[in-house]
Amino acid sequence: MAITQQKTLAINGDEAVALAVKQSDVDVVAAYPITPQTIIVERFSEYVADGEVETEFVCTESEHSALTACLAASAMGARTFTASASAGLALMHEILYVTSGCRAPVVMAIVNRALSAPINIHCDHSDSMVERDSGWIQIYAENSQETYDSIIQAFRIAEHLKVLLPIMVCLDAFVLSHTLENVQVLADETVQKFVGLRDVPQVMGHEGREVPFKLDPSNPITMGPLDLYDYYFEHKRQQEEAMKVAPQIIQEVHEEFSQISGRKYGNGLIDAYHLEDADIATVCVGSTAGTTKTVVDRLRKEGVKAGLLRLRTFRPLPLTDIVKTMENVKAVAVMDRSNSFGGHGGPIYHEIRHSLYDSPTHPHVVNYIYGLGGRDMPPAIILNIYKDLQEILKTKRVKRDVQFAGVR
Amino acid sequence: MSRELKGWKDIPIAGVCWKPATEYLTGDWKTFKPIHDPEKCTKCLLCSLICPDSAIKWNQANEELMFDYDFCKGCGICANECPADAIKMVREGEG
Repeated sequence: MAITQQKTLAINGDEAVALAVKQSDVDVVAAYPITPQTIIVERFSEYVADGEVETEFVCTESEHSALTACLAASAMGARTFTASASAGLALMHEILYVTSGCRAPVVMAIVNRALSAPINIHCDHSDSMVERDSGWIQIYAENSQETYDSIIQAFRIAEHLKVLLPIMVCLDAFVLSHTLENVQVLADETVQKFVGLRDVPQVMGHEGREVPFKLDPSNPITMGPLDLYDYYFEHKRQQEEAMKVAPQIIQEVHEEFSQISGRKYGNGLIDAYHLEDADIATVCVGSTAGTTKTVVDRLRKEGVKAGLLRLRTFRPLPLTDIVKTMENVKAVAVMDRSNSFGGHGGPIYHEIRHSLYDSPTHPHVVNYIYGLGGRDMPPAIILNIYKDLQEILKTKRVKRDVQFAGVR
Repeated sequence: MSRELKGWKDIPIAGVCWKPATEYLTGDWKTFKPIHDPEKCTKCLLCSLICPDSAIKWNQANEELMFDYDFCKGCGICANECPADAIKMVREGEG
């Protein structure tokens, strides 16, 4: 495959999502509006009204219903998409587990927004981080370009017969969702060819013969029925296996997409920036990585061996990649845009420390909770975090392991 | 639950049933079971119609009602609705 002709559009992150969904030949979109996801569904409903897509567009009365409609359509073999944020995602909570348990490869854009109360419409990662155990793959995008690319890749990953797991593609509220960016977009037919048609595997049905894994009156099957202590555990074990297979598929799809687009995001799981010889490093997800890269550039000019590890996938956690890329790093600061109240640090901190426990270098790992409710994360604050790391490197002592960056 | 249990690699995903419902004996968890009195029974077959588990069948050959305790959950709807008062609910092991 060769890199294809692309157009540059000045669009925001939400519009990039809507366009990617339009080009991905989606059968069913069911959604309920919530700021800052609204533009995605508004723009998509215009495509529907203008006859630019053949998608069945369902306006539901709640997010709980929106995801249920997507789950049902997906169970019939349809390619499905929805989008939500904050309270909307929280209302979906129950059905998130039903969707992954029914192995329905629904793709959802999450525009990361703070949870109430007090009510706040701006960016933090509390909404999706709390759903990390729901059995969904989570991809966090750094910019709108990556958001566009990730949505297209997400259909291929979710629907892969070895995976069959739903995916959340997460983008930062307003920073990405409402900010114009130059986004390179592929031709409609290029995307359609890349995503292809959805296929379903064969499963053993109740008549003792193999049937397609979809709700179909001519080959009826039952999905997700009562499953007690005798088999529930086995079905959960199967979901974990799908998560174990997912990293390889995510990387393959990412690699194949790079061949038509010319764009890569690390290895598809992690994006390592100047980590080869770094003594100190930060870890984060989302748009803050962009700001952090400029800080790393500045420190590198001053001769400081600084680096950044951006996690592109948080579920599945790319544990071996984390350990390998951080093997020479001596002090690590994890930046969390959400808090686990009473849990001594944020969710990314917990998992990075957990990953590095068996690392032979056993680096110091500290945590900074930042940016809650859309609080800005300017380069100066990130620079201070690297200065703290330099101090830890010099003194070999950690004064405070969990801190709040940017709070008064 | 005496049937042989399979491992996670050997069962379909998403809880898809690989056996028909008739092979799952859903009647093994009842507390009360219906006892039918043929003397009082008028053979109106209302119980057979309203049984949520289709566990009461009409045997055309001998013109008798048959209660299938492998599938009867013991809900007691039949006993409650029987116009001839011909069905009694008795605690399992006592009837």
